[in-house]
Formats: sequence, C-alpha cells, structure tokens
Amino acid sequence: MSLVSAAPSEYTAPGVEEFWQPLFGTDGPWAITRPMLLMAISAGLIIWFLLATTRKKALVPSRGQMSTEAVYGLVRNGIAKDLIGSKEFLRFVPLLFSLFMIILVNNLFGVLPPFSYPTMSRIGFPIALSLIVWVVFHAVGMKKHGFIGYWKSLVPSGLPKGMILPIFFLELITDLFTRPVTLALRLFGNMFAGHILIVLFITGGWYMLTSGGILVIAGGVTWIFAVVMTLFELLVEFLQAYVFTLLAALYIGGAIADEH
Amino acid sequence: MQASFVFAEGGEEGFWATAAPIIPHPLEFFFGLATFALLYFVVKAKVVPRLEQIYAERTAAIEGGMNKAEEAQAQAQAALEQYQAQLVEARAEASRIREDAKAQGAQIIAEMREQAAADAARITETAHKQIEAERQQAVVSLRGDVGRMSTELASRIVGESLEDEARQRGIVERFLAELESGDVVREKVGDA
Repeated sequence: MSLVSAAPSEYTAPGVEEFWQPLFGTDGPWAITRPMLLMAISAGLIIWFLLATTRKKALVPSRGQMSTEAVYGLVRNGIAKDLIGSKEFLRFVPLLFSLFMIILVNNLFGVLPPFSYPTMSRIGFPIALSLIVWVVFHAVGMKKHGFIGYWKSLVPSGLPKGMILPIFFLELITDLFTRPVTLALRLFGNMFAGHILIVLFITGGWYMLTSGGILVIAGGVTWIFAVVMTLFELLVEFLQAYVFTLLAALYIGGAIADEH
Repeated sequence: MQASFVFAEGGEEGFWATAAPIIPHPLEFFFGLATFALLYFVVKAKVVPRLEQIYAERTAAIEGGMNKAEEAQAQAQAALEQYQAQLVEARAEASRIREDAKAQGAQIIAEMREQAAADAARITETAHKQIEAERQQAVVSLRGDVGRMSTELASRIVGESLEDEARQRGIVERFLAELESGDVVREKVGDA
C-alpha cells in the first residue's frame, strides 16, 4: 500500500479506507458515519414519498401514485405472491416492500450525486436486514409447524433412514448459517466491489489524465469506462435489491410451506 | 498499517479506517436496525393498507363495471328477443290481415256481382214493362187508326159515311177482335 508521503506522480489505489467516513463524534465504534446519514435520508425520503403518493388513494392514479403502485405491485405480486403463495403472502408484504425500498434507494445512492455512496457497502446494514429476515422466517416457520415440527420439516419426507441425519445437518447449516450469511454478504459484496471499481476507474483515469503523454488517451478511455461501469452499476443495484427481497420471500415461503 | 487516510489520533480509533470490510461497525448495525424498523412500521401501518385499499377498490370497480356490462348485454339480448318475438307476431298479423283482406275482397266481388245481376234483372224487367206498355199504347193507337182508316176506306168504297154507324155499332171493334182471334168471317155491311 502506498503512502501519502510518496511522490505526487505515484498512484494510490482506492482501498478499504475509502468507505470509512465518520462525520462527527469519535471515529470509533460509536461514530456517526456518512452511511448512517444516508440511511436516515433514504428512510425519510421513502416514507415521505410513499405517504405523499398514496394519500389520495385515487382509483385512477397520478404519476407518483402510479410509480409507487408499480414498485408495490412488483414486490406484492411478482415476489411475495409467487413465492409465499396467495394464501399467506399478504402479511409479509410490508416487510418485503420495506426491504426492497430501503435497499433499492440506498443502492441507487451509490451512483447518484450528491450521495455517491452505497450504504450497503458497510456490512453492518446488510447484516441488520439479513438478521431481520432470518428471525422472521424462523419465527413464522416455528409458529406454523411448532418448534419440533419446524426442525422436522427441514428434512424432506421419503428419505431412506440412513440419509435422514446427514440431510438434517446439511439443512440445519443452510437454514441457520448459510442463508443469512450469504444474504448479507451478497448485498455487501456487490455494493462494495461495484463502488470500489467505479472509484478506481475515476481516480485512475484522473491520475492518467494529469500525467500527460500517451496516458491522457488511456485516461479518457478509462473515464468512458467509468461511465459504462456506472450504468452497469445501476443495473446491479436494482438487481441486488430485487434478489435480496426475492430470497427473503423464498425463505419465508419455504418456512411456512406445508412440505419442505 | 498506515493508509492514505491517517487520522489525527491513531490507536483504537484508526482501527475502523483499515478494518476488514466484513467487520460490522456496531453503531451502523444498530442504526440500520432502528431505521429499518421505523420504515417498516410506517409501511405496515399506513402505506400497505392504503395500497391494498386502492387495489381492492379498483378490483371492485372493474368487477362492478364488468357486471354492469353483463347486465347491459343481458338487457340488449332481452330486447332483441322481444323485438324478434314482436316481429314474428307482426308477421303473423300481417299474414292474417292479408288473408282477411283476400277473403273480404272475394266476398265484396261476389256481393257486387250479385247486385249487378240483380240490377241487370231489374233493368231488363223495367225495359220489358216499358216495351209492353208502349206496345199496348201502340196497339190502342193502331186500333183507333185502323178502325178509322177502315171505316173511311169502306165509306169511300161504299160511298156513304159509315162513320157514325160504325162507331155506334162497334163494328170495327168486333172486326179487330175477330182479326186477332183469327176467325174473320165475311159480314155483310150495311145489311142490318
């Protein structure tokens, strides 16, 4: 890792420290950080927008209401209803809709000025959301099947006797550990890597543009790529919000399904 | 490990700048939980009920519209059936009227024919009567003329006037009557 004191011509690649942006207070474990501010702003924006666009409850919707209804319809019918089933999906729609909205807006903050920071690249946030999903899908599963019945329902019926125990342990690891961890890490990793990639393209391009010579052309190309990467990142940001919500619905649906 | 971001104080506080990115920052974690909880409760209490209400109302409106359309279609069908029934009835009535008219026409023609025949008979009868009357008149007139002319003729032949006597005696009448009956006999004139 290069040092600050190095010569100005030396390029410093963006690293982990790029994401540590304490705003005030200490910069220890209880520091108020930039992603926290973004999280608060996003929640405020979402609450304001959702309340404002649904206040009239018009049968023929305005443009704002129509956009809210479109996103709501995607989560309600495209995710919740399909994966949980039309009988019980409705009580999980608030959770899934909230998840989708908060992840989507915070992800979009990653490329939208003046925010330009993906909140979910700080793993504390994805872990918080995954933890909620994890608690919810175990809780509703146990409520439906009973505590013992829930663990029994992990093993598919009709297995030969010798296979039951190994499969049970595999399913146990999946349910207790793999699912929440991958849920959090997938979102975090995508946002973290995407952001660092864009920062790399932009700072690297700038370094080359200011270096003179043939590097100027390379710097221009790099900046064009930065734009392309940003557009690509937009897609990834939407997809990750969708995937997180989809998997949350899948886990909930699996937990309350009659047959595992 | 020193990075390009160097904070004024090192030690414990510098840890978060270079910490492995998968170590969650505690306050960020709790803040994330709290913020999401707030959002969730607003969405659950306000947003989703509103949107579900819109969904339900819209579905009801669409179904209501469909019911209305079905009703209108049923009404149209009923009207069409009624119209067709009326049309059949009207056709039957028209055919009946036509039959009636035909029958009436035939009757009228028959009546008129009958009347014409009666008229013709009456006219013929009248004409006959008239002819008969005229004939009678002619006979009477002729009889007078013939009598007079015969008498006159006889007078000339005989040379004297028989007129008065002839009249007195009704010779001419008798002669004519005999003439009509066909047995004319010679009679001596002036022999009486």
